[in-house]
Amino acid sequence: MSSHIIDWLIIPFVKILAIFGFIVISVLLLVWLERRVVGFIQSRLGPNRVGPFGLLQTVADTIKLLLKEDIVPHKADRRLFNLGPIVVFVPLAVAFALIPFGGNIKIFGKEVSLYLADLNIGLLFVIAFSSLGIFGIILGGWAANSKYPLLGSLRSAAQMVSYEVALGLSIISVLFFSKSLSLVDIVEAQKQMGVWFIFIQPVAFFIFLIAGIAETNRCPFDLPEAESELVGGFHTEYSGIKFAFYFLAEYAHMVLISALVVILFLGGWYRPFPNVEFLSFLDVVPDSVWFILKFGFFIYLYIWIRGTFPRYRYDQLLELSWKGLIPLALANIIVTGFILILIR
Amino acid sequence: MIEAKEIIVNMGPQHPSTHGVLRLKLWLDGEVVVKSEPIIGYLHRGVEKLGEHRTYPQFGPVTDRLDYIASVSNNLAWVETIEKLMGIEVPRRAEFIRVILTELTRIASHLVWLGTHALDIGAMSVVLYCFREREAILDVFEMVTGARLTTHAFRIGGLPKDVPDGFKEKVLEFVNVFPKYIDDYERLLTKNRIWLKRTKNVGVITAEDAINIGLSGPSIRGSGVKWDIRKSNPYSVYSEMDFIIPTGEIGDVYDRYLVRMEEMRQSTRIVKQAIENLPDGEVMAKVPKVIKPPPGEVYHSIEAPKGELGYYVVSDGSTIPYRVRIRPPSFVNLQSLSKLIDGHLVADVVAAIGSLDIVLGEIDR
Repeated sequence: MSSHIIDWLIIPFVKILAIFGFIVISVLLLVWLERRVVGFIQSRLGPNRVGPFGLLQTVADTIKLLLKEDIVPHKADRRLFNLGPIVVFVPLAVAFALIPFGGNIKIFGKEVSLYLADLNIGLLFVIAFSSLGIFGIILGGWAANSKYPLLGSLRSAAQMVSYEVALGLSIISVLFFSKSLSLVDIVEAQKQMGVWFIFIQPVAFFIFLIAGIAETNRCPFDLPEAESELVGGFHTEYSGIKFAFYFLAEYAHMVLISALVVILFLGGWYRPFPNVEFLSFLDVVPDSVWFILKFGFFIYLYIWIRGTFPRYRYDQLLELSWKGLIPLALANIIVTGFILILIR
Repeated sequence: MIEAKEIIVNMGPQHPSTHGVLRLKLWLDGEVVVKSEPIIGYLHRGVEKLGEHRTYPQFGPVTDRLDYIASVSNNLAWVETIEKLMGIEVPRRAEFIRVILTELTRIASHLVWLGTHALDIGAMSVVLYCFREREAILDVFEMVTGARLTTHAFRIGGLPKDVPDGFKEKVLEFVNVFPKYIDDYERLLTKNRIWLKRTKNVGVITAEDAINIGLSGPSIRGSGVKWDIRKSNPYSVYSEMDFIIPTGEIGDVYDRYLVRMEEMRQSTRIVKQAIENLPDGEVMAKVPKVIKPPPGEVYHSIEAPKGELGYYVVSDGSTIPYRVRIRPPSFVNLQSLSKLIDGHLVADVVAAIGSLDIVLGEIDR
């Protein structure tokens, strides 16, 4: 087999499968983890019946969802209603193509990178695609021809517009240091500087984290679905496999944002203080494991927050972004820029 | 040209946050509630009419189903009404046990309120903590009455039988640990920024409006009106108990929240005093085998967990009441809802409903 076929066809194909597998497995694990952790927080057992430690719970859930009746409301726009769940999931899956899970490793003597692609506009691409999912939410909420979903999707649109700005602005101060939009370069820049960006850009980190949680519609920003207000919001009328897609997308979005936090602020796949010789014994842990560990922490944080906080009100949520996070992010950019000029 | 149009949304009767089968018709401009109308009657059971077709003791178990979160309080109001009509003196031991059980009921009822109210505002863990503690109270009820929900604990003239062994220890065990749990709930909510934002200055009702509407219970006390039947018209042995009536200041959702939190602490105090001073003796007065009150009419009310619960009974001298009318707190409190939510946002609607602590069982009698 020529090396071209291996380089351009087989390796990318295997990588695509691996990334898809990563999304599916992490979502499966996440559902299980969320139930267990929230169960622990709430002094109850969580799932413990299906399989060892309830590990097969998500499998049972999936089977249940697949077998459920697929209901489309009588006066819904059937085409758009069916399209919604797909539109919400596909762009997210595409965004994962650029997430680096590690550096280069050698497999059968061949140098293989642990990411599908490394674009020079990588970060923009990921952020853009991750926010495209909103179309699926708006389509679904509108097409259902029902009032609660409509309110939910409108909330979602307003929320996305507000928090996307804060998210984008928080990244800029990171770019000052990395001088590249490539996710791989951003991680490498942290290695070269010998310090994670969270230490030199803590404000940006917090803004990114909060805006990221808001982007994924997770508690305390879960207004588009807010069960106690809008019954289920944009997905009120969805059932079975279509609902599962919305569900999958929300969790995949969490996975994506957590991965981005790790890449942008926590040194990606490198061990803590990669330049310090004294800590070199930490190298026994493979790069990808470091990545998964850091990433797992943020996933846990998501669940922890959900178990603790009440939900914001719609206007308060927008206020937090426009009056709080966005001015703060702008100030952070100005101050960072100013300091960089001074020390140059 | 874009035309702004109000939409009408039916919140309920199967909405998760309307606390039962309440239907709220909302006229929305965007998310702002322009006008609202609570519509009730989806659970109508004709309880008052049932009362006019049963003997006095037979109606007791029916009252369990009124405010099913606080069955014992409904029982107490009913038996005390008939005792007042007949002039029956209840033994002191029975009175003390009644106070213990009704105050435990108040705590159990407030726990359900706190849990569901927090859940409405999105704090999901609190509901499970509250139900954990409520279980301990239900264990006590199960011990005394054999039931956990429709706990028919009292009879006209006293109690059907004395409390079983181990009752005192079990209650003491609960009241000793419970204040710590209240602290836990408060740690999660009372100073939480989001909680404050969601409840402060939301659903405000002034003291004057509250009085005019006829609010009672924690809902009126939240507005700063010190009105509690346990103090103003003491019944049973409440006059011997040392407790305070907490009140709020401006009458918003947060004030009503604080009032109920303090009430749980005060109830714990009352239970502790009653159990420590529990006298020995009979638990049943000498009452005729067949209850036949003299002709006449009576109104008697108690301070139920949700407010003033009163029964108006007319007797024609037979074994069956001629008329039974109930003044349930939730029904009257619900009247204030439109005042609380008009002009606010949809999210405030659920906060306001939660803060009134309604139960549809006693609204749709």
